[in-house]
Amino acid sequence: MKKTKLIVAIVSVALILSGGILWASDHADAPNVKTKSTDITDLYVFQGADVNNLVFVGNVQGLMSPVTTQTAAFDENTMIEFKIDNSGDHVEDLVIQCVYKGGKMYIYGPVKPGTTGLSSTVMGTAIVAVAVTPYTATTPIIASAYGITAFAGPRDDPFFFDLDQFHKITGGTATGFVDPGTDTFKGTNVMSVVVEVPKSLLNSTGKIDVWLQTKQKV
Amino acid sequence: MKRNVYISIGVCTLIFVLGACETNSYDTNPTDPNTGAVFAVSGDQVGRPGIATVFVGTADKDNFNVTIPSVMNAAYQTKFEAQLQAYNSGGFTTNALTLDAAAFTGVLATDVLGVKTTGKTTYYDGTNVLTGRTLDDDVIDVSLILIFGGPTGASNPTLISDNVDSNDKAFSASFPYEAAPW
Repeated sequence: MKKTKLIVAIVSVALILSGGILWASDHADAPNVKTKSTDITDLYVFQGADVNNLVFVGNVQGLMSPVTTQTAAFDENTMIEFKIDNSGDHVEDLVIQCVYKGGKMYIYGPVKPGTTGLSSTVMGTAIVAVAVTPYTATTPIIASAYGITAFAGPRDDPFFFDLDQFHKITGGTATGFVDPGTDTFKGTNVMSVVVEVPKSLLNSTGKIDVWLQTKQKV
Repeated sequence: MKRNVYISIGVCTLIFVLGACETNSYDTNPTDPNTGAVFAVSGDQVGRPGIATVFVGTADKDNFNVTIPSVMNAAYQTKFEAQLQAYNSGGFTTNALTLDAAAFTGVLATDVLGVKTTGKTTYYDGTNVLTGRTLDDDVIDVSLILIFGGPTGASNPTLISDNVDSNDKAFSASFPYEAAPW
C-alpha cells in the first residue's frame, strides 16, 4: 500500500515534470544548455594521488557515442570555470578558468576573480596551457607548471546509473530497480578538463565549497 | 622603391620569426590569446550531482542555472522540500543523516560541492559525509538512500539502489584519473 502510494507519487511527479525528464547527473538538464558546448555533465573534486593536491574535474558535452566523439571539440567561445568559496558565504573567493584556443586549453588561477557571479573576465595570463588530447591518442597529453597539472580532451563518462530502469519506475511499468542494473552511460564519452592544484593555493581553513559554471562570449 | 620592397620583406621576415618564436614559447611560458576576454552569457551551473534534474521543476530549470549559490536557498529551499515530499507521498520524516525535510532540502538547495582540504574526500562512505566527490563514488545510491531510505536508510528496498555500483571502465590511480574514451 505504502509502496503503491509512493509509486503513484513518483508517477505524478514524472507527469508534472513531463517533457522527457532525464535524471542523469546534470546531463542535458535545461533547455538553454541542452546539446550545447555549455552543457555540464558533472563536477568532481577529490584529493589527488599526491595528498597535498586537490583534483578538479569539469565534464561537458555528455552522452557522446564513439563516432560523435571523433569530431567533438571544445568551444573557443565557452569558458569552463571552477568557483571556489573558502569562507563559507557561498560567494567565490577564487576561480580556476579554463579557456580553449587554437588547440590548447589555457588554465588561469586559482586566482581572485575580477567580479563574482555569472559574468567572468579572463584573469591575467595562463599558468599552464595544455594541448587537447586527440581522440585517437593512446596516452593523455599532460602539462604542468608551478605545481599545477592540466589535461583536456575526450574521456569515458565517469558517471554511472541505470537510468532506463529509473524511467520504467517513473513511467509506472516497474516498481523498483533490478539486480544487477545496467549502466545507461556505458559506452558514452564527455569532453573533460582536469586540473590538479596544490591545496596550499586554495587559502582553505579545512573546507571549501566548489561549483562549476560555463559561460560564453557575447 | 626597390629599397622599400626590401624593407617590407625584411619586416615581414622579422614578424614571421617573432611569430614563430612566440608559438614555440607556449610550452614553457604560455603567451596569452585570452587575457581580458569577457564571457558574459551564462550557461550551465552545477555543484552536486543530480540536483537540477531531481529537484528543480521544468519551469525553473534555466533559472536554476543562473541563480548564484548565495541566493539559492531563499529561491529554492521551499520548492525542494515540496518536491521531496511529493517523491515520498508526503511521508518523508528524516533520513539516514537524521535530517528532516526542511534541513535536508536546506542543504541541497544551495547547490555547491563541499570539499575537505584535509583527509579523505568522498560523497558519502558511511562515515564521511559530503567531503568531496571522487570518480567512483556511487552518488546515485547515496541520493536514493537519502531520498527514499527513511530514517534507517533501508526503507523502500527496491528504490534505494540502482544496482550499478561502478563505472563501465576502470579509473587510473594517476593523473588525469579518468578512463580513455570509448
